[in-house]
Amino acid sequence: MIQLDNLTKVFDTPKGAVVAADHISMEVPAGEICILLGPSGCGKTTTLKMINRIIRPTSGKVFIDGEDTSGLDTQELRRNLGYVIQQIGLFPNMTIEENITVVPRLLGWDKARYKARAREMMAMIALEPDAFLKRYPSELSGGQQQRIGVARALAADPPVMLMDEPFGAIDPINRAVIQDEFLKMQQELRKTIMFVSHDIDEAIKMGDRIAVFREGRLVQYATPDDLLAAPKNAFVESFLGEDRALKRLNLVKVREIVTDEIGTVSPGDTLQTALAKIDDFGYQNAILMVNERGQPAGIIGRSVARTTKGYCRDHFQAVPAVVGLDDDLRKAASLMFAHDITWLPCVDEEGRVCGQITQRAMTSHLGARFRARQGDDRTPHPALKE
Amino acid sequence: MPIQTLKGALRALLLVAVFFAGVWSHASGVIDDFLWYLPDVRYLLGEHLWLTAVSGGLAIGFAVPLGIVLSRPTMAGVAESLMQVLNVGTTIPTLAVLALSMSFLGIGTVPAVFGLFVATLLPIARNTYAGLKGVNPALLEAAAGIGMSPLQRLVKVELPNALYVIFAGIRTALTINVGTVPLAFLIGAGGLGELIFTGIDLYEPVMMLAGAIPTALLAIVVDAVIATVAFLVVPRGVNPSRA
Repeated sequence: MIQLDNLTKVFDTPKGAVVAADHISMEVPAGEICILLGPSGCGKTTTLKMINRIIRPTSGKVFIDGEDTSGLDTQELRRNLGYVIQQIGLFPNMTIEENITVVPRLLGWDKARYKARAREMMAMIALEPDAFLKRYPSELSGGQQQRIGVARALAADPPVMLMDEPFGAIDPINRAVIQDEFLKMQQELRKTIMFVSHDIDEAIKMGDRIAVFREGRLVQYATPDDLLAAPKNAFVESFLGEDRALKRLNLVKVREIVTDEIGTVSPGDTLQTALAKIDDFGYQNAILMVNERGQPAGIIGRSVARTTKGYCRDHFQAVPAVVGLDDDLRKAASLMFAHDITWLPCVDEEGRVCGQITQRAMTSHLGARFRARQGDDRTPHPALKE
Repeated sequence: MPIQTLKGALRALLLVAVFFAGVWSHASGVIDDFLWYLPDVRYLLGEHLWLTAVSGGLAIGFAVPLGIVLSRPTMAGVAESLMQVLNVGTTIPTLAVLALSMSFLGIGTVPAVFGLFVATLLPIARNTYAGLKGVNPALLEAAAGIGMSPLQRLVKVELPNALYVIFAGIRTALTINVGTVPLAFLIGAGGLGELIFTGIDLYEPVMMLAGAIPTALLAIVVDAVIATVAFLVVPRGVNPSRA
């Protein structure tokens, strides 16, 4: 757990005092990732660096797991805080192994233990130990270097990690991969993490909570969903972007809004049965055909069913797309737009049909929370409702 | 292919030329004249090396710590101006430095070593300072952030990363030092300058060359030795010659 209590930093500059962080008070529960988000110069990095005293606070206190850190020796404090920076900062004079084990060695671990730890860390970041441990940082790609940077910060197993735009200098494709890897690691490690970012999409993806900063002040501190649903003021709203309702699509899994009620036909049914089912379930255009293992096999169009006689197995079209239960709504929406359809069959891990997701369900799910958070004055005009 | 052939031909030509130069020098008796100076060369080479080693060693021992001290953040205010003073110091010709040190310390080895020490000091101090200041600030932040003390940062991060530049300074300084030692003869400190200046005065080219050639060779050897040490000592990850 990290607790900041009225943390303040005033820089004395030739132009007068500049308040970089103004009475920041917040709390990050153990095991969560808190993203410090804001435009440059908003005080997010200053706040982060005051925790490990790279920047000395002017006033205020930092508590880690309930302990006031102002009583701790600076070196001692820092060795218990993993630190990852955007410039990576691997020591080019040291091998990968020496880089990863630098904190354990400072802490005086014996050789066998820190060597074993280095291999363990390499396994965790999915790099082959024998191929990499004896190499030097300059021989690695940027993405690999930052993985090592994360491994170095985690090597001594600190309960708290401070990350200053750790993936900011990595190309977008590798960044997404590293973010996913990191989230997977975090599911096991459950570190308490403060993470500076200026990228709203990264914040939504990585954060359990997001703290939005502006001009040295903490403007809003909330979960990503709450933040997107109910930005506190115009600044937060503009920072989140016009498309913030769409960004919430990332946060909701298909599992949360799937309905398990879905009418299907099997290949052996007649088209007459299919037409009847389409009418029974009130579908507009088509019905899904599943094979004997319950997997989606095709769709039967309404017009075909009405005008043709025969069996479904001879008159179906390909299924345009399916979504898994753990996919997010962004993917579902994208598939719907791409194929010009308003519903998608959902499949479980074995690929069996287990329900469907409709465009209506998606919009009403997002809209319900949105309206609930906004209060009455911002509900849409009745005429706009269906 | 033609370039390869041309290179081969030039190499063969060079070997032939060296061979005939050897034959000529043997026939004309130059080699015997040189050999006549051999005992002198041996003795004076010892003196020469001693002057270089002592003045160079003192300069390294003084300039590296000086560079380190000046590069510390607390010295930031005075460091640049002090460097300027040292810079001005090197613009004074070595001969003038020797003359000055003679006027204070008299003649002999002591003023010579002092003069050489002063002349050798700056390239080393300058490179140590620049090398340490040139270390990527991200490394220093990372080092501080993971809990290294200032001393640990210096020893484990700053010095290894600046070492190549520091060695470049030592290499330049000592090579110049070897080439400057002959001047020390002028204030009575011996060294190969004895053969060079006496040879000039007596218009004895062979005598002069007996001093000049070993001096030149010595400079090349010292340069090569330091390059080798740098190659071996500077960590592979920050050693351009081992990349």
